[in-house]
Amino acid sequence: MALAGSGVSSASEPMVCAPGSGPLPLVRPEVFQPSSPPADEVASMAWLVLGICAGIFVVVELLLIVSIVKFRRREGDRGDPQQVFGSNPIELAWTVVPLMIVFTLGLVTIRVIRDIDRTAPPDGALEVVAIGHQWWWEYRYLDPAVPGGELVVANELHVPVGRPIWLRLESADVIHSWWVPPLAGKTDLVPNRTNHMWFQADQPGLFLGQCAEYCGNQHAGMLLRVYAQPQVAFEAWMASQSTPPVEDATVSMGRDVFQELACASCHAVRGLSVGAFAPDLTHLMSRDTIASGMLPLTRENLRAWIDDPQTLKPGCNMPSLKLSPSELDAVTDYLMTLR
Amino acid sequence: MSTLHAQPESVARQGLMERLHGWAITVDHKRLGIMYILSGLVFFVVAGLEATAMRMQLIRPLNDFLTPQGFNQMFTMHGTTMVFLVGMPVLLGFGNFLIPLMIGARDMAFPRLNAFGFWLFLFGGALLYFSWLGGDGLYGAGGAPDVGWFAYSPLTSKTFSRGNSTDYWILGIMVSGFGSMTTAINFLATILCMRCPGMTLMRLPLMAWMMLVVAVLVITAIPVLTAAQVMLLLDRSLGAHFFDPQQEGSAVLWQHLFWFFGHPEVYILILPAFGFLSEIVPVFSRKVIFGYPLMVAATVAIAFISLGVWVHHMFVVGLPPWMNALFAASTFLISVPTGIKIFNWLGTMWGGRIRFETPMLFCTGFLAMFLIGGLTGIMLAVVPFTTQLSDSYFVVGHFHYVLFGGTVFGIFAAIFYWYPKATGRMLDERLGKWAFWILLIGFNVVFLPMHFSGLLGMPRRIYTYQPDRGWEIWNLITTLGVPIQILGVALIVWNMVRSLGKGRVAGDDPWDAWTLEWATSSPPPEWNFDRIPTVTSARPLWDRKNPHDPDEEQP
Repeated sequence: MALAGSGVSSASEPMVCAPGSGPLPLVRPEVFQPSSPPADEVASMAWLVLGICAGIFVVVELLLIVSIVKFRRREGDRGDPQQVFGSNPIELAWTVVPLMIVFTLGLVTIRVIRDIDRTAPPDGALEVVAIGHQWWWEYRYLDPAVPGGELVVANELHVPVGRPIWLRLESADVIHSWWVPPLAGKTDLVPNRTNHMWFQADQPGLFLGQCAEYCGNQHAGMLLRVYAQPQVAFEAWMASQSTPPVEDATVSMGRDVFQELACASCHAVRGLSVGAFAPDLTHLMSRDTIASGMLPLTRENLRAWIDDPQTLKPGCNMPSLKLSPSELDAVTDYLMTLR
Repeated sequence: MSTLHAQPESVARQGLMERLHGWAITVDHKRLGIMYILSGLVFFVVAGLEATAMRMQLIRPLNDFLTPQGFNQMFTMHGTTMVFLVGMPVLLGFGNFLIPLMIGARDMAFPRLNAFGFWLFLFGGALLYFSWLGGDGLYGAGGAPDVGWFAYSPLTSKTFSRGNSTDYWILGIMVSGFGSMTTAINFLATILCMRCPGMTLMRLPLMAWMMLVVAVLVITAIPVLTAAQVMLLLDRSLGAHFFDPQQEGSAVLWQHLFWFFGHPEVYILILPAFGFLSEIVPVFSRKVIFGYPLMVAATVAIAFISLGVWVHHMFVVGLPPWMNALFAASTFLISVPTGIKIFNWLGTMWGGRIRFETPMLFCTGFLAMFLIGGLTGIMLAVVPFTTQLSDSYFVVGHFHYVLFGGTVFGIFAAIFYWYPKATGRMLDERLGKWAFWILLIGFNVVFLPMHFSGLLGMPRRIYTYQPDRGWEIWNLITTLGVPIQILGVALIVWNMVRSLGKGRVAGDDPWDAWTLEWATSSPPPEWNFDRIPTVTSARPLWDRKNPHDPDEEQP
């Protein structure tokens, strides 16, 4: 990836302004910084498991070190030591004690599986459909305010803080995996199969993660961004997403290019095009990033992306349409109005 | 068989072409074993270079040393090569070389089948690597396979993997798999039918026991992979839909079939190394193996349980909770016989007079490192924890502690231990000790940080990463460990080449060992033993050296 040399800045700023709220603190994808009940439960049992394993580690490595130090051959040692063929009580002990340890671990495992593995949504959960595509994410919210009853957005998932989120996971092509460690463990998105997972953000934040199942060329370019906002800010975001796209006569040339060339056959803009192979662009400018989280959304990046997506995200499914500079500017200007 | 031609004196007088021809047409288990090991080591170097390329790409975020597809090809080829073209052939090679010598037989049960298996493996490997040239095919897309070593569907379907690269992966591995199956059948027949007089199964050297069990696992597991690969080939070439979700095929079916092979495969790769330790640790501790019957029982238990743990590779696929719980339980269970083995080796060392020559150093390194891999394995059996760890760098760290800290260290121990038997020359001890310490340090510098990057949320198989995630330092350390590893491996290779001519002459029994391979000359004659030996215990040479205190007499 020639990002460094291409004059395109990468998506890394410590604080990000989510629309309709104050700046959200950026939360790194660390397993041991849980911020959601299922991740909490995993982290606390993980400490227990780590503790037990550390205990075994210390005991066995100590035995090994003692054997090395105490029973190494020394100058003057002659002949072979006493031959000990085995000992039933000792061997029984190191069969039974490990059995008891793993039996305990097994019980703990089953208890936590029961606690976090749900087959039905938690009470009061917000349901969101997450669909994995090569190499971007689609999210669908039930929303009566939108024609068709479903609000479709891409790549940046917005959720309210303190409310359980029930994710319905599907795939449009190959297997992907949804993994934002501070919110929950990962679950795969498998084609022709529906999986579920849930989480509940305890605090506002921009939670980072990414696809965790190898899904082809741009597996690394399938980044996850979850904006956990206070309820009010979340509702404001939903309301703004539900509005029809802006009609701005000054950019009609760019809109025509968008519609007449191949753009519209993959990208949807509500009321204008229905393409479903690529991210919905109805409110593109409400997002912080493009290319599934790889680049910050600036005019410069957007224009470079439309000009030649293959240098920014090699192998991605968006072709370069070889637009003339004036067409490029027109399309970029048009997309910049989609707030 | 053209026996007398292979006499050392007459070999020296042959021209190079004649000698190469002799190796090409050989059906001698010792030569085939050496060829298996050497070809495996060549592939080991190739796979190491592939890993080096990956680490250079990941040394810093947003690096552009490799293209995305180039990186994906590197990890696919590295994994496939290490499992099928390094681990299997080197371990089966040691089996080939050692089994007849250890059980007092003149050759394998089916010498020509043995040669057939070797050449299948080599041609399978060559076919896989030919994909760099031939994978483009008619589509003009391809090159080497880039679908990962477990090749999950539907990424392997014609829709998502154009060109012929995936077909090369299927066919190359399938061909070498047939080679492994013939070798396994040969091991079974040899160990069950050709033991010398007096060698009951409970007097079988543990290394031969482990190979017997490995052979059972190979003929149980590999056919399932072969069948799955045939189904995939039908999907790709003849319009079948076994794994095509668009046509009501199942993406998860591939995972079940693959891991039904894939998990026993892990034990195919580690059990022979357990066998090496079970021979080397007693000899260098100067004590008989502690708890021989329990070791055998643990080996059989591992093999049996390993056929029922495969779903622990699929804990995040969305299978029902009861199924995850069941397979977590079986996975916990398999750690018990594995733990027994570690304790029995420790019990062997305890009270011994341990000589720390290079083979024993590598065995000790194995014990210290494999333990870590085993313990992270227990963590990965904890299903909820695995929903975080699965497909992260933690897993990459885990299995390298098992396969490098375990299998590869075991292989190096075996190379240092049996090289004198195969060549008649000792490897250089000083170089060997340097190589051990360098490898031990390099190994930990490379693979320990992977656990941390995994816990910090870094998924495996990503060709690059963003600078805002806190993974830079761990990736930098990992990559900086690579040159240390390369130096360690280079020292071993140099040692093997140099000692061939300059090594100290070994004699028949340089380690004062107890199994039958040390009762014949080094290198052994083509017929192995002038007279087929008769044994009365598991340590025939101990009995011969300590006539006043033979093993038979022990209570």
